[in-house]
Amino acid sequence: MTPQKLTVGTSLSEKDLEELKARLGRDPTPVEVAIAEALWSEHCSYRTTRGLLRSLPTEGRRVVLGPGYDAGVIEVGDGYVVSVHIESHNHPSAIDPYGGAATGVGGVVRDILTVGTRPIALLNSIRFGPVEVSSHSRWLLSNVVRGISDYGNSIGVPTVAGEVEFDPSFERNCLVDVACIGLGRIERLLVPRADRPGSLLLLIGNHTGRDGIRGAAFASRPLSGSEDDRYAVQVPDPFTEKLLIDAITELVDGGLVLAVKDLGAGGLATAVPEILHKGGTGGVLDLSAVHLREPDMTPIEVLLSESQERMLLVVERELIGEVLRVLERYEVPSSLIGEVTEGGRLRVLWRGEVLADAPVWALVDAPEAPPRGRGIGGEDDQKGAKVTAELTEPEDLEEVLLRMLASPNLCSKEWVYSQYDQEVGTRTVLRPGEGDAAVLALPNGKFLAVKLDGDPKKCALDPYLGAMNVVSECRRNLTCVGAETVAIVDHLQFGDPGDPEVYASLEMTVRAIADYCRATGIPVVGGKVSLYNSDSVTGRNIKPTPVIGGIGIVERPSMVTRVSFRRKGDPIVLVGSTCPELGGSEYAELIHGSAGGPVPPVDPDEDSRICSAVLHLISLGAVLAAHDSSRGGLGVALAEMSIGGGIGASIDLRRLRSDGPLRDDVALFSEGRSRIILEVREEDLRLCGRVLDRQGLPWSVIGRTGGRSLTVTRGRKELVDLSIGELRRAWSSLERLMGGWA
Amino acid sequence: MRVAVIRFPGTNCDLDTIRAINSVPGAVCDLVWHSDDVNLSKYDLVVLPGGFSYSDRLRAGAIAARLPVMEGVRDFAEDGGLVLGICNGFQVLVESGMLPGALLPNSNGRFVCRWVHLKVEENRGPFTNLFDRNEVIALPVAHREGRYHPQEPTAGDGSGYRVVMRYVDRSGRRTAAANPNGSYGSIAAISNREGNVLGMMPHPERACDPLLSPLGRCDGLRLFLSAANYVRGSA
Repeated sequence: MTPQKLTVGTSLSEKDLEELKARLGRDPTPVEVAIAEALWSEHCSYRTTRGLLRSLPTEGRRVVLGPGYDAGVIEVGDGYVVSVHIESHNHPSAIDPYGGAATGVGGVVRDILTVGTRPIALLNSIRFGPVEVSSHSRWLLSNVVRGISDYGNSIGVPTVAGEVEFDPSFERNCLVDVACIGLGRIERLLVPRADRPGSLLLLIGNHTGRDGIRGAAFASRPLSGSEDDRYAVQVPDPFTEKLLIDAITELVDGGLVLAVKDLGAGGLATAVPEILHKGGTGGVLDLSAVHLREPDMTPIEVLLSESQERMLLVVERELIGEVLRVLERYEVPSSLIGEVTEGGRLRVLWRGEVLADAPVWALVDAPEAPPRGRGIGGEDDQKGAKVTAELTEPEDLEEVLLRMLASPNLCSKEWVYSQYDQEVGTRTVLRPGEGDAAVLALPNGKFLAVKLDGDPKKCALDPYLGAMNVVSECRRNLTCVGAETVAIVDHLQFGDPGDPEVYASLEMTVRAIADYCRATGIPVVGGKVSLYNSDSVTGRNIKPTPVIGGIGIVERPSMVTRVSFRRKGDPIVLVGSTCPELGGSEYAELIHGSAGGPVPPVDPDEDSRICSAVLHLISLGAVLAAHDSSRGGLGVALAEMSIGGGIGASIDLRRLRSDGPLRDDVALFSEGRSRIILEVREEDLRLCGRVLDRQGLPWSVIGRTGGRSLTVTRGRKELVDLSIGELRRAWSSLERLMGGWA
Repeated sequence: MRVAVIRFPGTNCDLDTIRAINSVPGAVCDLVWHSDDVNLSKYDLVVLPGGFSYSDRLRAGAIAARLPVMEGVRDFAEDGGLVLGICNGFQVLVESGMLPGALLPNSNGRFVCRWVHLKVEENRGPFTNLFDRNEVIALPVAHREGRYHPQEPTAGDGSGYRVVMRYVDRSGRRTAAANPNGSYGSIAAISNREGNVLGMMPHPERACDPLLSPLGRCDGLRLFLSAANYVRGSA
């Protein structure tokens, strides 16, 4: 073998190099080192977290494909399957928010294609610094949204749900998480593995250029703030992505491909070994056959390029002509770059020379590694938080409610979602703002509900309870639109795992998700881990931010339930009891500048009873509107229900169920415990009581719909009386803040 | 009614449009790739659906408008065939000169996706015969370049085209808030003088199923049913 000079430096550690040497029984070639470096990066191998993630329950009645593949797949009845995947593009978006966010969308869409499904919906969960004071964060928000909008809209996949949050912890390390949902037929399902020796490897899509070289390694270290970071971000091309979607869908429908694999982080260096490894085969990869954008690229550059909108197809030799004809029709470029062989060895060629010849396992199986130490501790401004009793009760709750509604975290996100095409594909039943989750029509007459949720404020205070609150909230959101939760995906975003505190919070987060899911029988069908998220100036780690993506199924169209009040004079029922804990609440932070003390507890068993009782009531037709009471508490949730329907409500705080006496501000703004607000049909109130009592649930009628204002009293004492117009004006503050940003 | 839905690279509302038209009784719909050798004269209606043909390079619709298939569409329209351009399709019609004026970037510079109210000002044409004159309907818009600018500022009467729909509020008033893109005169849809070529920014194909419409109405389907009526009447 001819030694090739490395044109880019390696970050493979001394120890890993020794390990690779031992596995090969000789010095590795530069190409072998480059492959191992990409595959053993944290981004691709989860070497720090693999052990932890094994504790998540991944099996369930509907699970077809669990974690470990490019997308999770669940069965939704009548031969249809739904796929889901979540990814983040945090580091690229911090440097180039437009390109970083757009390529994030592109990558997750291609993951959905790898299992033979067609992308039908996008979701995103994005986090920035405080936009009301930071113009940098306004710039990031504006460009991230435009990046998602331009890419998602162009490829014809609707963006149907998401969340936006602002916190100082994300000022220089924004979080941009994108999830994609796919739809397909079970008999057309593909698994990204090359298990048939003799089949061919076909690279399709964009020409390979020098963009994004070493992105996998880039994602596995903190941002350096140097110019070098900028070159690691790739260039988005939604036009080619759309052609890839159409071409691959046609190839899958025609049964013309054996397997499909996305070229993501690490490019060919990860895609080819991974697909061979999953298939238990070997292969030949001829780098000189790749169609290039820049003709003078070196083999290592071709191997590691992360040019976007490229995919790898595994095709049977006899079908290659037919496949090429389809690709030509869609004007998708392609090149035959190798074949699948027996024997489990990967040989990499360049103009006839052998650059690598190694067992596939030796390159793919990253040795588990303890985290590298570097960090200097997390956000500690949350420590020593005051408990509720020490927060002074404000005199004017009206003013507090308006301030909360106008705060960037709680206000309407219409400025964001109106930039996304929410309806292309004509499946969207509930759009952003209409329900607690998005709802999409499935071809079998059922409906899919999807939602993303995170809550770093609570997770920073108590990673275990914080993460439990997130899963619980996500499930309640699905319940409120009439869906039973059938699976979740998790995306774990943390700082430097070498910091013992960060690692401990990661451990507690995984344990919380596992405990919740085990107790409730909800499987985790996929996930992603993003580490080394820290502020490039202060070096501080971000608040721990697990984001949960929930998937639910609504059985009948009549069960699809919206947030807005529908009629006047109906009873408003609050299911669940209100707790005094204000830890990590918007109220404590915004109004008191305090973390608020302990995080509210979660009881997965009570959650299950609440969700099942509410679904029973919805299926009986007793529920006219449903809304989860979480961020901003009851006060904000009721305001949202009023604004949406243009129908007010009168609430008496004496009627709230709780374990002890509650202060008025706590009653209005506590975010704790599983609680769901229902507008119940007057004529079904007795039935409602019977269903809730049967489950042994605390519940009460806290007021009635009607009028043109939201009034809150405690007995005769009037606390809040705000017209819907006043509420709406406060709630649309993001439009005023961001109006000038195009 | 025989319908051809033309697909360019980057078109993304083609399948939605076909699904919508297929819910019209008696409609038969073909998906036609722009470079396929197809004789359009066998169709009653040609639809240029929404999307981002050629990635909106140069200007939205500019490249698609100059492809050979558009010669065929022009001849088809001159022979009296019905042509409907939706969103990007409207942009293509304007770029090809089949309809006058231009579609400029939205006044706020952002993509806008929302349901709007529209006043149907013209109900004599083939696409709107199932609407009352001045009826207020609801359809969604989703575009970045939809601000209509006429060729001559005194548009509407005698200058060669008809305003078919304008953006209004719920009660039918033209207001700035009800105009999603800053269109001149709140114009949302225009046709040629004969009425057989219609360009519109709103998406009728997204308003054909009450389940998918926030108001539970099917105002988009009425447009396709109108076309079917017209075709049946003139056959």
